[in-house]
Amino acid sequence: MKVVYTDNNATTMVAPEVVEAMLPYFTEHYGNPSSMHSFGGQVAKKIDVARQQVADILGADPSEIVFTSCGTESDNAAIWGILRANPHKRHIVTSRVEHPAVYNLCKYLAQSGYHVTELGVDSNGMLNLNELADAIKEDTAIVSIMYANNETGVIFPIEEIGNIVKQKGSILHTDAVQAVGKIPLNLSKSTIDLLTLSGHKLHAPKGVGALFVRKGITFSPFIIGGHQEKNRRGGTENVPSIIGLGKACELAKKFMNEENTRVKQLRDKLENEILKKAPDPMVNGHRTQRLPNTTNISFVFVEGEAILLLLNEKGICASSGSACTSGSLEPSHVLRAMGVPFTAVHGSVRLSLSRYNTMEDVDYIIEHLPPIIKRLREISPYGRETKVREQTKRISAGA
Amino acid sequence: MWDYSDKVKDHFFHPRNVGEMENPDAVGEVGSLACGDALKLMLKLDTSGRIVDVKFKTFGCGSAIASASALTEMVRGKTLDEAAKIADSDIANYLDGLPEQKMHCSVMGREALEAAIASYRGIKIEKPIEEGTIVCKCFGVTDNKIAHEVREHKLTTIEQVTNYCKAGGGCQSCHPQIQAIIDEVWQKEKEKAMVESAKKLVKKLTNIQKMKLIQETIERDIRPALQSDGGDIELIDIDGDRVMVSFRGSCVECPSSKVTLKSTVEAKLQEFVANTIIVEEVTS
Repeated sequence: MKVVYTDNNATTMVAPEVVEAMLPYFTEHYGNPSSMHSFGGQVAKKIDVARQQVADILGADPSEIVFTSCGTESDNAAIWGILRANPHKRHIVTSRVEHPAVYNLCKYLAQSGYHVTELGVDSNGMLNLNELADAIKEDTAIVSIMYANNETGVIFPIEEIGNIVKQKGSILHTDAVQAVGKIPLNLSKSTIDLLTLSGHKLHAPKGVGALFVRKGITFSPFIIGGHQEKNRRGGTENVPSIIGLGKACELAKKFMNEENTRVKQLRDKLENEILKKAPDPMVNGHRTQRLPNTTNISFVFVEGEAILLLLNEKGICASSGSACTSGSLEPSHVLRAMGVPFTAVHGSVRLSLSRYNTMEDVDYIIEHLPPIIKRLREISPYGRETKVREQTKRISAGA
Repeated sequence: MWDYSDKVKDHFFHPRNVGEMENPDAVGEVGSLACGDALKLMLKLDTSGRIVDVKFKTFGCGSAIASASALTEMVRGKTLDEAAKIADSDIANYLDGLPEQKMHCSVMGREALEAAIASYRGIKIEKPIEEGTIVCKCFGVTDNKIAHEVREHKLTTIEQVTNYCKAGGGCQSCHPQIQAIIDEVWQKEKEKAMVESAKKLVKKLTNIQKMKLIQETIERDIRPALQSDGGDIELIDIDGDRVMVSFRGSCVECPSSKVTLKSTVEAKLQEFVANTIIVEEVTS
């Protein structure tokens, strides 16, 4: 069956060049980079190349890159690393729309005696920066705010946030898992202290990530063990995946311009045509302060899981913020924090593109998605005439 | 990805009896947009009271649509009395099972059917389970509704409660209250079961058996505990449900022996012999 993959914020295809770069490290170059012999030592040199490639896409120094096993580990390492290095500080500032790797970690820390301030967002998914300034206290060990949102693609003004954090004398960590490879970054002129990235969101394999730790930041290792990563992360390096991550970053840098032009054009066409053709759609999130590849559209009166199942029948891969698509029956905390009506959360669909998508893919979705929404609307007991009555209901339900 | 049975998929991709009905005899509507699923069920009856036509409209996920479609097939041709016997589990079984997290879809089907039957019979929709205090604010679920699902489906965890009625699936701030409801239901059920078994025993016991059981209970469950504190108890007489005892040893002087009499001696005899037993202390 034809597969049109538009769920790239969930994970991406590993680039063929990345697979090719990795393969020798499973077979001929299997040495341990920590070994004294040159068989292992040559592998350490290749890891240095990968470190340089990752540093290059971030505009960072290679010494500031720590390889990890995934984005979640990087987030945990960043937050725990700063908290452990500053044990007298007990306050954390974060947002209500973070990825679970930060969101649930902060919830756990709040239960463990830390004081956590969660900043809300407006209906466009944007933060109020005055609120941020007020939230940071002397006791604030770390501010962890994502670079770009995985569900809506909304980009936070991270440098402005960083300036406020600096003025207040705290440390800024940002989960940039969705931003790296999609928009240009330059950490050499930045107020970011720690930054998380994940391999499998930028055409590297799953199971590898990295953490940028700015020079001069005192940081305690999260995984304690050997001397690897200059004592910042114990454990033998996942060599093939690190090589793959390096190659993926090199490619992402090369295609950055394309991501921001061709992919953006595809996304814009997809979004605009769906808005025209499907009944009662609404875009969730700021329309311009947004990743070039992501669109999150709600269709009221229909439910997201039903949409995904019918899209799946056509070979179209997407995701939804609907409660029924999550294991816990919990609707998207991101859309709820934005005050998106419950009904629109249930009927939300996220389409996220990559450089491997084509105009043909976009046309295929434009052809099949609107009839699916219409079909479900015919089954639904709700319609336009219920709109006003239900809208008042939603506000009370969302409160 | 949910693991749906082929039957669920079939009813989702090809739902039976979708649509509106002109002049339905009975209509049942449950759920709401805010809850994330809703079902409107419409029935048409013949002169003998049999369901001859049925239509539905659903707002919900794949299994909600499939459950509604399955229900319409199940009720067609049945009388209202027969249809009223359909349980949540019948709908799930008809579909060769639903994922545990999706059981609330079958609950919604049964509730819509109940509402339709009630509306036809002119009963103002009897909603004892909807009353009470809202526990789960996210989905508007009351304590009575949660307690009902816990009893009905023998639920023991918060996760199961969420699967059956969605309560606790949102912000999770009500989880302690849901746990308290689960605990309370099962505590009450346990007490009820104990009383029932005691009653059964009483019915079967002859006077001789009863006396023997009282003696045995005192020997086995009461005296050793008292003796370990340097006290003792002696059975003086039994008259119907009245059991007369006398304390010995340190119990005689003990200021809390009156409490012991009720909380230990009487409680044990009620538990093991009959819940009608009254223990009295006689001084000798």
